[in-house]
Amino acid sequence: MAKGIWVFIEQSKGSIRKVSLELLSQGRKLADEKGEELAAVVLGQGVGALAGEAAKYGADKVFVADDAKLASYSTGAYTSVFAKLIRENEPNFVMIGNTAIGKDLAPRVATRAGVDVAIDCVAVEPDDANYVTLTRPIYAGKAFAKVVSSGARPVMATIRPNTFPVSEPVSRDAEVINAKVDVDPADLRTILKDLISQATGRPELTEANIIVSGGRGMKGPENYVILEELADCLGAAVGASRAAVDSGWREHKFQVGQTGKTVSPTLYIACGISGAIQHLAGMGSSKVIVAINKDPEANIFQVADYGIVGDLFQVVPALTEECKKLKA
Amino acid sequence: MNIVVLVKQVFDTEAKIVIGADGKIDDSNVTLIMNPYDENAMEEALLLKEKFGGEVIAVSVGAAKAQETLRTALAMGADRAVLVSDSAIQPASDDFAAAQALAKAVSELKPDIILTGRVAIDYGSKIAGRVAEILGIPHVNTITKLEVEGDNAVATREIDGGSEVIEVPLPAVFSAQKSLNNPRYPTVAGIMKAKKKELKTLTLADLGLDATVTGKMQIVGYSLPAGRKGGRVIPGEPAQAAAELARLLRAEAKII
Repeated sequence: MAKGIWVFIEQSKGSIRKVSLELLSQGRKLADEKGEELAAVVLGQGVGALAGEAAKYGADKVFVADDAKLASYSTGAYTSVFAKLIRENEPNFVMIGNTAIGKDLAPRVATRAGVDVAIDCVAVEPDDANYVTLTRPIYAGKAFAKVVSSGARPVMATIRPNTFPVSEPVSRDAEVINAKVDVDPADLRTILKDLISQATGRPELTEANIIVSGGRGMKGPENYVILEELADCLGAAVGASRAAVDSGWREHKFQVGQTGKTVSPTLYIACGISGAIQHLAGMGSSKVIVAINKDPEANIFQVADYGIVGDLFQVVPALTEECKKLKA
Repeated sequence: MNIVVLVKQVFDTEAKIVIGADGKIDDSNVTLIMNPYDENAMEEALLLKEKFGGEVIAVSVGAAKAQETLRTALAMGADRAVLVSDSAIQPASDDFAAAQALAKAVSELKPDIILTGRVAIDYGSKIAGRVAEILGIPHVNTITKLEVEGDNAVATREIDGGSEVIEVPLPAVFSAQKSLNNPRYPTVAGIMKAKKKELKTLTLADLGLDATVTGKMQIVGYSLPAGRKGGRVIPGEPAQAAAELARLLRAEAKII
């Protein structure tokens, strides 16, 4: 008999990533509604301390798999341990953040568990017949599909960062279960040879609360510095349109849109971006959109909450000055 | 070296999505293309073939018209193609079934390397890990570089905030990020040659599978995003407009 709701905990530098806190917070609400327990699943090395952290955000139970083989993420070892935990404990519903790790891990774990996984979900509604109904974007957000898993358990989903708010931490205890780490040799065939950090000091695009993004109107790679200055004042990530990436001004990993990343920040500031349909698909679910563009006819103004028709090379530095004044 | 490339036919990125009277996505009047990331996978396969020799086989699961996408793969330089097409499955949206069908088709081709796009831009499908799991071989997702050395491959994979260099024994599945390479365009000669290349269509029964491979998840409805309305345009000189915008973002939107 399947039971409980699980959240896969992703960590960064010894603390739980924001997306995992979002899932714990939402998982708590869902667990209360269902009258079930919420469990966190922590894999890593020296990660015991995260159990207490997970409890504060709502976990009743924390499965901890602590082992040198799990020190850094590897598809094989993580799949092996996570899938075994699922098989042995039969949860009803498993949520994983839709991050680089989540997107890699979830399809493989689901396949091993004999179920499907809904990717990049933006809504989770309790459902008596199917446990939950999930909403996920298709065509990068140009439309949405509601999906259910009528029979198979667990229902698995990766959830887009910034979908749920993080609740206030409360002091509470969770039962800690030390999971056996028994990795199939077949899952240890890959070797991590090198880990290259390209940290920009800015938040990850998909997790950022604010994104400052530049398109063709930036005129060249050297001009992104003005967006970076604004971003650093706002604590924002810097994105780019396909036009800018295709011109070689920014790396593809910063591209927002249907052939790049789909984002849902609280604030998206589009600078010199015309608003092609494939770009709008990738950022249309932002809470507030600001457009700065010299062309008053640009499509982007049709979706922007606030628009400034003007030269971004004057408006953006002026906005940075205003930001600095507000933060001072 | 035998290389299989998994390609998917998808709506063009410029396509506007319309929900038809039947409540489903309307696919009439839509231009269909090869999933853009699958083009990168195709290109990488062709580069490997140029270096090591062997055969490149494009494999897809889809409706009969997905043959067009496989013809494109053949025109780019694939040697032959296999389409799994069966009315019992909805491969566009059913990744579970698509992965079962693809894995079965692929296993019969005995490839050293399997390449595909990191994601399909229609249903967000991530097929690499699923197919690799069914085949019991490793996969590396979102690669930006691939080097083959004997029975191993070394791939650089994009992760949040950096990259990883991963060595895997072959056979293995790799999913391509855009920055892996620049896909070639089919030449006229390539298009002519493609017409004569082998394109086999198989049903689930041909693969020894039956309709029980169909999905574990069901789509119960489609919707379009709530339309956004243009808000207000802030007038004034740049400095003045910027000051007003900052004020509104703080006082009205309560963000900064």
